Amino acid sequence: MMTLEFAVAAALFAGVLCYAVLGGADFGSGFHDLTAGDSRRGAEVRTLIDQSIGPVWEANHVWLIYVLVTWWTAFPESFAATMTTLYVPFTLALVGIVLRGASFAFRKYSETLWQARLFGIVFATSSVLAPFFLGTIAGALASGRVPEGGYGDAWTSWIAPTPLFTGAISVGTCAFLAGTFLTADAARRGREALAERLRRRSLVVGAATGVIVFAALIPVERDAPTLWEGLIGRAAPVVVLSALGGIATLVLLWRKRFGPARGTAVVAVAAVMAGWGIGQYPWVLVDQVTIAEAAGATATLQGLLVAVGIAAVVVGPALGYLFYLTQTPQWSDQGYGVEPEGPKRVHWSARLDD
Amino acid sequence: MDATQLLAQASDVVAAADPAGLMPARQQMALSLGWHIILACFGVAFPAIIFVMHLRGIRKNDPVALGLAKRWGKVSAVLFAIGAVSGTVLSFEMGLLWPGLMGTFGDVLGLPFAFEGLAFFLEAIFLGIYLYGWGRMPQKLHLLMVLPMAITGVVGTYCVLAVNAWMNAPTGFDIVGGEVVNVEPWAVLFNQHAFLAFAHMWLAAYMVAGFSIAAVYAVGMLKGRRDRHHRLGFMVPFAFATVAALAQPFAGHFLGHDLAERQPAKLAAFEFADETADGATPLTIGGIYVDGEVKWAIEIPYLSSVASLNSFTEPVPGLDQFPEEDEPPVNFAHYSFQTMVGIGLLLLATVLLYWSLRWRRKQDLLDNKWFLRLMAVSGILAVVAMEAGWIATEVGRQPWIVYGVMRTTEAAGDHSGELWAIYGGSVVLYGGMTLGAIVVLRSMARRWRKGANDLPSPYGPQSPLAAADGPAAVRDCADERDLSGTGTGTGTDDTEAGR
Repeated sequence: MMTLEFAVAAALFAGVLCYAVLGGADFGSGFHDLTAGDSRRGAEVRTLIDQSIGPVWEANHVWLIYVLVTWWTAFPESFAATMTTLYVPFTLALVGIVLRGASFAFRKYSETLWQARLFGIVFATSSVLAPFFLGTIAGALASGRVPEGGYGDAWTSWIAPTPLFTGAISVGTCAFLAGTFLTADAARRGREALAERLRRRSLVVGAATGVIVFAALIPVERDAPTLWEGLIGRAAPVVVLSALGGIATLVLLWRKRFGPARGTAVVAVAAVMAGWGIGQYPWVLVDQVTIAEAAGATATLQGLLVAVGIAAVVVGPALGYLFYLTQTPQWSDQGYGVEPEGPKRVHWSARLDD
Repeated sequence: MDATQLLAQASDVVAAADPAGLMPARQQMALSLGWHIILACFGVAFPAIIFVMHLRGIRKNDPVALGLAKRWGKVSAVLFAIGAVSGTVLSFEMGLLWPGLMGTFGDVLGLPFAFEGLAFFLEAIFLGIYLYGWGRMPQKLHLLMVLPMAITGVVGTYCVLAVNAWMNAPTGFDIVGGEVVNVEPWAVLFNQHAFLAFAHMWLAAYMVAGFSIAAVYAVGMLKGRRDRHHRLGFMVPFAFATVAALAQPFAGHFLGHDLAERQPAKLAAFEFADETADGATPLTIGGIYVDGEVKWAIEIPYLSSVASLNSFTEPVPGLDQFPEEDEPPVNFAHYSFQTMVGIGLLLLATVLLYWSLRWRRKQDLLDNKWFLRLMAVSGILAVVAMEAGWIATEVGRQPWIVYGVMRTTEAAGDHSGELWAIYGGSVVLYGGMTLGAIVVLRSMARRWRKGANDLPSPYGPQSPLAAADGPAAVRDCADERDLSGTGTGTGTDDTEAGR
């Protein structure tokens, strides 16, 4: 089982997982931005989103590049086949990705409220659309709708039960992750009313996503039998794990344990994604091409593993450092002109006089 | 973009009997690559320019330099964001537009892209740290966060150029019975033209970024803003651009030194060599290539052979030596090439004039209106030269996508109507992004001129971001950091204490 092809496929799928969790949380922020209400009511949420994802979204976005590059380098023909078949959702996802990134940057430096509103709407809408279409791509692959030679039907390949469900799951998991992360961020910054508002949202979004995830299993049995076999067989433990992770997150959110809730939310979402990957193993294009058949030149696969190894050593710590910094108080304490609610905070030295 | 329209005309020549996806794919690639490459230049060169300015600010305790570095950081945040997403477009397009190339050669050309992705990863990470680290990290550590970006700019440029050099001079594989075998990805990554192509593009990036940033302050000086802020803002990027402009002709010359052996048809097109001359080929200026002949051109004896072959006697192989189906669009390649060389030489002459007057005669051309006017358009000129260079090398490679191995027609897909629709959408999308970037950057500059230092985002009526980027000194205070170490969620304490 531990062949060279498998190792590269595992490295590729690890990238998919990271993108789903880290990039997904950034996309999900757009969902909360979109539904935050008018500019007065939504200002707090939007400011928090800006501060939370501002330093990290570009780094998280690179996981997508990593996935694409590894895919076309390691499994070139399946990449071409997928692109020629699923070019519609790929293009729409790409439009979403482009508009999300550009308008997020533009909004941050907008001068007037109407500009910020315009860029904000584009940012938020595209943040919801991009994961939806990326999700449909996953569903199309998993339900065996991409033919080996490419040029499958441009529409029926992804407008079908499994892809539409995976699209919805993708939007849901992104919003769920973002909600959990934002709640913890708000709490860490001492914004209790905001944290409470986000907590309620996260509970609703989390419950709804959980329902969609497990409702999706119903059409999958017929629509994607190979995936179904994998899900109830080899992938059953991670399916269970995702359910446990989701429930644990809801319980933790309910009990206002926001820090640990982030961890269980990540487990839940990563387990959903892993269910897909393990479920469709050993296929790259389900029912068409296996990992071993799709693999490119051996020397290239070895080279890729070298690149992945270097990335783990060089990028890993740097990324860890960035995430560490964003969690330090120095990086969390700025950006609020309005006074925080709750008991007014005073520097400890001021209390010495009492 | 002009390049696209020009490319359209040029491609008409070869459009007959091509797969449906070829024309729209070419248009799309020209638009998205031509757009992204400008942002990529800033991604590669801006960090080093910011680093020097920031270093100066810290070393000399110079608030003007620090202010400039901070503003440039914010500008780069906008530019890098649209650069990152437009680069992503290219990753998708590799498969969407050129499935034949990626399906066949994906595992041959992929490894450099993997390392490029790695470089991009580090760049994105340190960009985040640097941009948000103002006032939140120890000063020197914060400054050091720029350096990885300058280094990843080198690695990323090298890797992308390795792939492009490979397309022009393929290596690292054999074709046996129509199958690609004996793939050596490391030979692609370190192919012999990669380094020269990299040097040429890396310098071009510094020219584009250096002249463009200097141009902004040249415009300011033309409008009478003659303070130290403008002078310093001009000089640092101008110094980078100077070094790059001086080195660029050499890099270009060495890159082209073996073009006659490597891609003779491209060289013949560049030089307008319609037939192989007896003896040295003259340099051709003006004219047009029709029906296998160059007409109405001015010729300067020897110069073409001297420049491209280092010889006074050898002729440049003429276009008459190649079958018509192997010829690139000649006029287009020729004029793009000459545009690049012409503008490059103009910029070189300008920087030489500036520094020689300054050192020999103690005369500062920054007081000269005409010099400033030229500098005000130098950024655009550098961009045009770089685009022209890319058009020259890419159009000159035609009709091949992998030179001598795979024709561009074989790489394109069979979609047509869809790709045209996507292209139309892309024109709107890129137009919108260009407009958005211009509006936002101009408004940032306007607010800075009015004296605003931080640019709060106006989400809500109360502008909750108004206090962003608070006083830096407060956070460097030791007991504050101790407090932060133990505190769990009481962030605002520091700012409170500072007031």
